Amino acid sequence: MVEENVEVQLKTGLQARPAALFVQEANRFHSDISIEKDGKVVNAKSIMGIMSLAVRNGASIKIMINGNDEADAMKALVDYVKKE
Amino acid sequence: MSQSLTGIAASKGIAMAPAFILEQPDMDIQKKSVSDVEQEAARYKKAVATAKEELTLIKDKTLKEMGEDKAEIFSAHLLVLEDPELIDAVEAKIKEGVNAEFAMKEVSDMYVSMFESMDNEYMKERAADIKDVSKRVLLHLLGMENTSLAEIDKETVIIAEDLTPSDTAQLNLAYIKGFATDIGGRTSHSAIMARSMEVAAVVGTKEATSSVQTGDFVIIDGLEGTVLVNPDEKTISEYKEKKEAFARQKEEWAKLINETSVTKDDHHVELAANIGTPQDMEGVLANGAEGIGLYRTEFLYMGRDELPTEEEQFEAYKSVLEKMDNKRVVIRTLDIGGDKELPYLDLPKEMNPFLGFRAIRLCLEKTDMFKTQLRALLRASAYGKLSIMFPMVAAIEEVRQAKAILQEVKEELTAGGTEVSDAIEIGIMVEIPSTAAAAEIFAKEVDFFSIGTNDLIQYTMAADRMSEKVAHLYQPYHPAILRLVKNVIDAAHKEGKWAGMCGEMAGEPTAVPLLLGLGLDEFSMSATSVLPARSQIRQLSKKEAESLVEEAMTLSTSAEIAELVQKRGFITEEM
Repeated sequence: MVEENVEVQLKTGLQARPAALFVQEANRFHSDISIEKDGKVVNAKSIMGIMSLAVRNGASIKIMINGNDEADAMKALVDYVKKE
Repeated sequence: MSQSLTGIAASKGIAMAPAFILEQPDMDIQKKSVSDVEQEAARYKKAVATAKEELTLIKDKTLKEMGEDKAEIFSAHLLVLEDPELIDAVEAKIKEGVNAEFAMKEVSDMYVSMFESMDNEYMKERAADIKDVSKRVLLHLLGMENTSLAEIDKETVIIAEDLTPSDTAQLNLAYIKGFATDIGGRTSHSAIMARSMEVAAVVGTKEATSSVQTGDFVIIDGLEGTVLVNPDEKTISEYKEKKEAFARQKEEWAKLINETSVTKDDHHVELAANIGTPQDMEGVLANGAEGIGLYRTEFLYMGRDELPTEEEQFEAYKSVLEKMDNKRVVIRTLDIGGDKELPYLDLPKEMNPFLGFRAIRLCLEKTDMFKTQLRALLRASAYGKLSIMFPMVAAIEEVRQAKAILQEVKEELTAGGTEVSDAIEIGIMVEIPSTAAAAEIFAKEVDFFSIGTNDLIQYTMAADRMSEKVAHLYQPYHPAILRLVKNVIDAAHKEGKWAGMCGEMAGEPTAVPLLLGLGLDEFSMSATSVLPARSQIRQLSKKEAESLVEEAMTLSTSAEIAELVQKRGFITEEM
């Protein structure tokens, strides 16, 4: 189990197309992946879950990953949300 | 039995083909208890798998025939379909012993209402995606037909309540000959799309979907605004003739492509075209427009997640300027707000968006965004004859501010060694009554006016043209409108400037003689209206048009004025 707090740098946050790309990225890994924002936790492989968080540019989220490829998954997802 | 419906003629042409009704299927979903939950879960999985195959096919087809932009909506649908949260929630309900249809509907309704209640336009739009996907799965579960517009592969006319942008994106013009809708007017999305696709269309028939059935033979007469259902042989052969006559008329018009737009008494006016994207240029050139009177740049900003870059805009503006080969191109700066929203700008909600934070008001506040557009425009100016136009101007301060920002950007560019044309005209849209009434103040500080009639009429009459109950007050020939238009044209001429019009009215056969008589210099319209208007103008005389206007100015109603034009024989084209 790995956890990391990150600030979302993506210009439009995790909404619209970036949300879809984030979900596609998460789906490449076997691990269970969830995201927490303001106390609400959702499945990172669910487009509707991610969109329901309405993550804007500059928001802080916690990524939690559990599984055999958790380290790679964390790196990929953190890199993605830190893109500008 | 044959039947005839009347609506609004939205796009010229005659289409004759079997009908396809685009309908919302009547899905009656009841809660039932099931004993074999394993089998029910398997039935659900199968419906999802079939829907997925179907969506993948539609997506590939759209990608191949219409490009990545249009296909994107189906990628989003696929993601929703594969959403583990949605699938798990439905399966959990099935395990409790309810039928798959009910489980699916309950879960998707929960998501739909969650997204619809969000204070964000983008999320609200996603609610429609979820509905769409859930409908697809439900139809499979119910064993009902689910035909998408993109799958039509024989000659067809579409009958629908209304067509949304995602519907029109799927129309394959090789097979779709025309359409009729229950709702909408000449300026609704579906009507504008029909004219740009050059298919026959009648909108606002109120009852097309309830009167026509899939497979009925239908004639859509986009010249008269009528829809004939299952006509008899005699009517069909009459319409075949009418269709041919229209084709011949089009050929006659085609001969005028390289002619000038001069009246019998040798008065020249400019007939220009309105465009939304560089792709529209093909139609502009094919219809012999003498310029671009309105390039609506908002399409560059719409249907995406972030602002277009300077480079992207520069390429679009440059390509239009180059294709027009030194003929005038009027590019309007961003006109967003009102009914056109950009979800990624996160604009505040307003009580009256049409009277709110939109167009130049927005640009003068979001100056970074505005400067990016102006930089792109100025860089493109080196490739043709550019005129820049600011929309929704209500006060002279706005013009001064916008010009100051433009000047600032220009100095930055030239200081950096970028080539910028020094012959760029700066003009404004006249669509707010304050500007039309005080036009002489504005005429001193701009190079041209372009009258936007859709908004000018609705603001002057305080009548929303989309609201059925007050649509009768949306009167293009109201004496107040004629007086305002006259004031604008006279004010421009007094300062040696030119005045144009880029609203729907500029191409209307009834309006053309009046506008000619009022002295309008430039008429900008849908590309397909240019040749009919040129044909009409070549048969008119400026002197007679002036005397028409003199008489019109003595009348008191819109209807009387329109009737006068008719009565005095100024409408030369029946079509």
